[in-house]
Amino acid sequence: MGRIHLKSPEEIELIRKNCLIVSKALARVAEILRPGISSLEIDKAAEEVILDLGAKPGFKGYGGFPATLCVSHNDIVVHGIPGNYEYLDGDIVSVDCGSYSEGYYGDSAYTFGIGEVEEPILKLLRVTRQSLYEGIDKARVGHRLGDVGAAIQDFTEKQHGYAVVRDLVGHGVGKNLHEAPQVPNYGKRGRGVKLQHGLVIAIEPMINLGKKDVYQEQDGWTIRTRDGSVSAHFEHTIAVLQEGPEILSSHTELEENMKKNANLIDF
Amino acid sequence: MAKQGIIKQDGIIEEALSNAMFRVRLENDHLITATISGKMRMNYIRILPGDKVAVEMSPYDLTRGRITYRYK
Repeated sequence: MGRIHLKSPEEIELIRKNCLIVSKALARVAEILRPGISSLEIDKAAEEVILDLGAKPGFKGYGGFPATLCVSHNDIVVHGIPGNYEYLDGDIVSVDCGSYSEGYYGDSAYTFGIGEVEEPILKLLRVTRQSLYEGIDKARVGHRLGDVGAAIQDFTEKQHGYAVVRDLVGHGVGKNLHEAPQVPNYGKRGRGVKLQHGLVIAIEPMINLGKKDVYQEQDGWTIRTRDGSVSAHFEHTIAVLQEGPEILSSHTELEENMKKNANLIDF
Repeated sequence: MAKQGIIKQDGIIEEALSNAMFRVRLENDHLITATISGKMRMNYIRILPGDKVAVEMSPYDLTRGRITYRYK
């Protein structure tokens, strides 16, 4: 990954544009997601949105990834490949999307609950979503990466008894989808890279209901929990600025659509 | 899209090779070749067979690692 590249205000604007394209794609998914729809269908819909807005899907072709979205339901943590799987009532699915235009990337993700999802799993979703904001709150100039990871870990592991996935991490975002620094969702306060003005990172807590261990499937992409427990994932791309962290992606529209969509449970 | 992070594990030194490289037996019984980190070299920290150490590994090559700490 190499050197950390701090972004100028112009670069941050271009990344923000891409993040908003991703937000629109995720909002579209929130409109159409329902039991019976296949992961391939929502992938196509998201891709249409991205292309209509004049950008390219950020994940397609990245390391050979074959689709626009990562669709990871239930015990799949991340990097699920869209296919013929049709969502069932009670499934949770984490949808991760990227966009590429004008030389820069955007990256964001949200986990949805389809139909009747049991309360313990809804709690996992709430806590994971909140942990993202706990981490973002620590992403300030003068703080360190370890503060971000520690905040997410304390909130999800110590306070709520879930497990932070260790094998996968957040990352810098810019001209490349994955840049330095790595942003683990665990850590020790006061340790790690010092955060500076202009740092753009994607923070993406991946939290398991059971144990932290995961494994990769034979397809070379799909990551599942070893103990079969479900996993939640939320992601924002943020810019660390002198005045504080600024969230470049947005979940506002998708959350509105989620409320209006009777097939998705509100949490 | 999440990135595969560096994997931190502990292990025991089995053998000292030349050029500050070591054969390390990890907790999961894998045998890897590890190099000593620059910080440890700078501080003249000696590593001998039998020492328990902390190792960092890239997910892209699980046979190589970097020794980052020697436990007491």
